[in-house]
Amino acid sequence: MAAPSVLPLAGRALAILTALVTLIPLFYVVVYTVSTGWATSYELLVRPRVGELLWNTVRLEVAVVAASALFGVLAAWLTERSSLPLRSMWSVLLVAPLAIPSFVHSFAWVSLTSAVEGYAGAVLIVTLSHYPYVYLPVAAALRGLDPRLEESARSLGFGPWRTFWAIVTPQLRPSLLGGMLLVTLHLLAELGALEMLRFPTFTTAIYDQYQSTFNSAAANMLASVLVTACVLALLAELTLRGRGRYARIGAGTPRPATRVRLGLLAPVVLAGLLLVAVLSLGLPLAMLAYWVAIGSSTAIRLPLLVQTTLSSISLGLAGALIATALATPVAWLAVRRGGLLSTLTERATYVAHSLPGIVVALSLVAITIRVAKPIYQTTPLLLTAYVILFFPLALVSIRAALAQVPPVLDDVGRSLGSGPFGVLRRVTLPLIWPGLGAAVALVFIAVSTELTATLLLSPIGTQTLATRFWSHAESITYGAAAPYAAMMVAISAPMTYLVTRRAGFGRS
Amino acid sequence: MRTVVALVVALVVAVVALPALGAVASPLKQNVTLTLYNAQHVPLAEAWVSAFTQETGIKVEIRSGRDLELANLIVQEGSASPADVFITENSPAMSVVGQAGLFAPVDTETLALVPPQLSSASGDWVGIAARTTVFVHNPSLLPVSSVPASMLDLANPEWKDRFGIAPTGADFQAIVSAVLQLKGPEVTEAWLRGLKENAKVYTGNRAIMTAANKGEIEGGIIYHYYWYGDRAESGQNSGNVELYHWMGKDPGGFVSVSGGGVLKSSKNPAEAQKLLQYMASTAGQKILSDSNALEYAVGLGSPSHPSLKPLSELDPPVVDLSQLNAPLVIELMQKAGLL
Repeated sequence: MAAPSVLPLAGRALAILTALVTLIPLFYVVVYTVSTGWATSYELLVRPRVGELLWNTVRLEVAVVAASALFGVLAAWLTERSSLPLRSMWSVLLVAPLAIPSFVHSFAWVSLTSAVEGYAGAVLIVTLSHYPYVYLPVAAALRGLDPRLEESARSLGFGPWRTFWAIVTPQLRPSLLGGMLLVTLHLLAELGALEMLRFPTFTTAIYDQYQSTFNSAAANMLASVLVTACVLALLAELTLRGRGRYARIGAGTPRPATRVRLGLLAPVVLAGLLLVAVLSLGLPLAMLAYWVAIGSSTAIRLPLLVQTTLSSISLGLAGALIATALATPVAWLAVRRGGLLSTLTERATYVAHSLPGIVVALSLVAITIRVAKPIYQTTPLLLTAYVILFFPLALVSIRAALAQVPPVLDDVGRSLGSGPFGVLRRVTLPLIWPGLGAAVALVFIAVSTELTATLLLSPIGTQTLATRFWSHAESITYGAAAPYAAMMVAISAPMTYLVTRRAGFGRS
Repeated sequence: MRTVVALVVALVVAVVALPALGAVASPLKQNVTLTLYNAQHVPLAEAWVSAFTQETGIKVEIRSGRDLELANLIVQEGSASPADVFITENSPAMSVVGQAGLFAPVDTETLALVPPQLSSASGDWVGIAARTTVFVHNPSLLPVSSVPASMLDLANPEWKDRFGIAPTGADFQAIVSAVLQLKGPEVTEAWLRGLKENAKVYTGNRAIMTAANKGEIEGGIIYHYYWYGDRAESGQNSGNVELYHWMGKDPGGFVSVSGGGVLKSSKNPAEAQKLLQYMASTAGQKILSDSNALEYAVGLGSPSHPSLKPLSELDPPVVDLSQLNAPLVIELMQKAGLL
């Protein structure tokens, strides 16, 4: 380990500070749980309905995480390692479902057929809207892999498939597990989609408590169950990830890997991808178009639409850049320094991601009203909420990218006379650029479709596309709501496209 | 020493009392900006606010959310709340804030604009709109003659899997609180157990109506304006269903009131009272009637939207809104396994 210099120390301090801020909601939940008292907690927990909800949550998690992992890896391999036609288009289309808010996904399906209500439908639709969380980091990792390993394997007589399973898959472990962890936590906190699909889970029940209870302590107590589930997921991921090293050793010029020819499989693969694109993009977009076309309430107020679009874009960008900047030192610590403190710091930042937005928002209300009144309902507080909620989205992408950078390059940079900042700027950052790009994209999209925290914490008078959409959807004027949903998709789509291009997606 | 104490006391009293006197005596300030926490339909709130600003010059900023989200937020904010005025869709959320002691009394002339049974008995909030419980039914599956005579009959075994409810929303919980007040806890508990057994659970009134429209269920318990709203928009989710109003003071005819109140912590109490008064006034109630919210106007002498079955022709049960026992409702619903 190198002698500590200013940068690592500053980075470490910043990382720990960030982790502490992301723990605010946990602190709030714990305090409330304790204040609820055991008798009440026990009574609320040990009810047949809670058992029902836990079972629902678990079976949904298992199916969706497995399906997302399978499809995410397959799609990433197709766009990065095969001769798939129109690769750059697919690499954008495969991420695009993230740009559609989950409640729009579900509404589109539910308005089409009630057959999707319940378990099977929930698995299908939630997978369709969540697999990009696996696809994006895995594709970025594939692009960063040294093709020589694969070439060596091929030269030793391995076929393309065997090479993939034996050589490539183990190297995808950090990004794949990271993606699966995101889906797991995200699903713990998922609400809108599941409410719409009439599939009750723990989180929908917590929300029901908040919508109806007259003592939010009870709801927070239920949230502590989610925290427990989250901690279990974090431990599982940590255990599975192991302590492997994923960076290259020795010299080498990164260059594109040889692509596997799909040959006769190409039409089948294309048809499959097209089907996924139709289900995950075409259908919700067609429903949006339908709403815009139908309904007497469709009177687009252009100035308001422009104004809300601008505020969504600026909040999304600010949130994405801050989260990415803060996630970098945390990821760096976790990858480069290891050790208990680094691990704890990194793991801590995941907890809030598994909590419903309303819990995070109310915890910030409680804290700021008491200790930081001047920032209550200001933009900085709203951005803080976004960072707390979506920090892991940035962290996973950056961590996976950093894991592939050989530490020795830092030392080389230093020995050639660069200072720590010089190394960061000229060596490390360029190498993890794809990861940073993915981080910005994911957080931007999450922020621009966030609803609960935005409603409660935004500066008064601030309207975003999501809040505006909700206002109309609540008052049953879907026609008027549609333009805002369409605009949400519209600003996220080019953002995704730009970032994937920047990150070198789909380049052959 | 005593004179010093007396002076200090007098000074404190003066400091506290003068602004209060000022509020009573002074004309309205034009250069203030009020903050409205709004759980009502956003377009309706915006229409009220813009007309109010036009008339008085007082600007109003709106924060929108759901009934209990905002009620819990105000309780969490306590005396530091930025809100001046709070309006909801159902009265239980008003009770949450009222029981936390955060409302100032509503001006008597504002209370006089609305029938007394549509405001809180203690006068800490006033009714600004109303919605009635209805049974939305698909006549091709369930003709009017077969609609149950009372909402309570839906707990009987013959109704298993034939109708929908949305137990997780504030809307339905308000209905249950009326049943509780009218019939007592034993009957309510038995009724809820029957519903748990019989009803298909949906996430909202709209989902129930859509399901009945598609023929998945024969009917369901909703509020009236979903059906009117959809008919006004495109009719795609309401074309095959009709509304049935339970009469004869049946609990199923419960009229739920949207309330408005002024926060005790408001820095501009006179202007806040003025805004609330405007919503309940003839002009404010006309804005409600003309809007596409399609809720009932509650102001004395204010007609509702012409397409609605007039409030005077309904026969709702007599319910004391300020006595609705929301916490017990939640407890009973949890016990029955609906929450």
